[in-house]
This record gives sequence, structure tokens and C-alpha cells, in this order.
Amino acid sequence: MLLIHCPYCDETLPEVEFTYAGQAHVVRAADPASQSDEEWENFLYIRSNPKGPHYERWRHLHGCGRFFNAVRDTISDRFLTTYKAGAPRPELSSLLGDRT
Amino acid sequence: MNKLVSSFTAAPLPQGAVARVSLAAPVARLVLRARGDLAALNAALGVTLPSVVGHRAGAGEIEVLCLGPDEWMLHLPPGQVGAVSASCAALMGSHPHSLVDVSGREVTLEIDGPRAAELLTLGCARDVEAIPVGQGRRTAFDNVTVILWRDGPAAFRLDVWNSFAPHVAGLLETGCRELAAEAA
Repeated sequence: MLLIHCPYCDETLPEVEFTYAGQAHVVRAADPASQSDEEWENFLYIRSNPKGPHYERWRHLHGCGRFFNAVRDTISDRFLTTYKAGAPRPELSSLLGDRT
Repeated sequence: MNKLVSSFTAAPLPQGAVARVSLAAPVARLVLRARGDLAALNAALGVTLPSVVGHRAGAGEIEVLCLGPDEWMLHLPPGQVGAVSASCAALMGSHPHSLVDVSGREVTLEIDGPRAAELLTLGCARDVEAIPVGQGRRTAFDNVTVILWRDGPAAFRLDVWNSFAPHVAGLLETGCRELAAEAA
């Protein structure tokens, strides 16, 4: 079982309290009418599928109910960090610094 | 106000020597959602809303648990719901919020006995012992969302939605039998 740190509850809790919610930092265009079909397709359907650190959303469903962001290594399933929704994307180099 | 209706009939609940489960008396339950400055709501409710998730506060017969950064569960005597709702409704213009009566939604199971915390590990993946006495948490019990209140080292309350209560009670009964068999 994964142990996930909820940035709102400030506790590290079992995975069963959480649900995965897809890739993080997918931003809807400020002016939707200006978007081409390709740009809409990209926004709606195209997601990265990295082998390694992945920026993704999680929700503390059986807890505070908040969505938050996490960086998880898709190879090891290790969570590099979690941070509140709306917070800036942490630099990967700072997260990996202690491991290289 | 919703009726205090429950589809859950407290059929024989387990009464083991090391862990007991009983159905708590009906209580009115309100869910409050609010953001920003809470001073006006604190004054209307007569209790200071805790700001840390999992912390509790109480004043008179009102009991509040912080469920999320902007969400609270209030337990209070059914007779006080009208007054509390009215005083909060008066603030709606100056301080928008949501106060919903969910009294009929859930029942409370009281769990106590020397091995009550161990009984809860049957369905609760979280470290139950690590919840400080006098606090509470919303968590999952065998995939059912529950609110767990810790009233003492070996005294818990479990708020369960009506439709899930037979399942949760059945699971607790199995656990009580196991613990009783170990003790025998």
C-alpha cells in the first residue's frame, strides 16, 4: 500500500483514503473560443505518459475531500512530493537532488 | 428540519468483554461549508470553529469537528437546530456559506472497551491509535466513508451513513466475536 502525504491534513495516510485524478497542471484556455480543434484535442485528450516522475492530481476523498498535486515516480511508485492545488509546480531538479 | 429517520435498526449489536458496539442516541447533524473570515459565524454558532483538520471544539451541547479546510460537522440537540440555522441564515448576505441539515443521513455507533482501537483496525487502514484523544477524523472503514471521533483512549464514535450501517455493524460484530474468542 502507498502512503500519501495530504498537504491539507498534514498527515501521511494510507492510499485507500485517496483517489487518483489524472495529470496535473492541465490548464483550460482563458479564451476557449480562440482554440483550434487541435488545441482542444490536446487539452481534452492528450496526456503525457512518462516513465519516471509524473505530475498528477490526487484527491483525499475519504478525508478532507481536497484535490492536491503530487509528483510520483511511475517506475518505483515513490511519491517525491505533494503540494496544494494552485501552488507552483516544483522543479524536478530540487526533488531529485538528494537522490543523484 | 429533516426527520431523524434511520433505516438502520439496531438488531443485536455485539457486546464482547473487550470491545462493545452500541447505537448512540439520535442527534442533529449539520454540515457547514464556509471560507474567509469566520468570526461572524463563530458568534452566530456560539462556538469557535477549529481551523485545523481533525480538531474539535465544543460549547454547551454543540460539538464541532473540522473535516476539511472549509468544512465542519456539527452535532447538537435536535431542538437547537432551528435557532442555529436561523442565526446563520441571517449572515447569508454578508457572509455566504452553506449549512445543510444531514440529521437523517447517518447513525452513530459507539465503540468502547479495552481493545476498541484494535477492533477498528479491522476496517480502518489508518493508524487509529495515532488519532489524539479529543480529536476526530473522516476516514474510510472497509471503503465506507465514516467519521471517527475519539472520545477517550478506548472510546470511539463512528458516524456511518444509514445504508452502510448494516455492513459496518456486521463487520464489527465479526471482529468482536474474534476478539472474544481470543480472550476466552
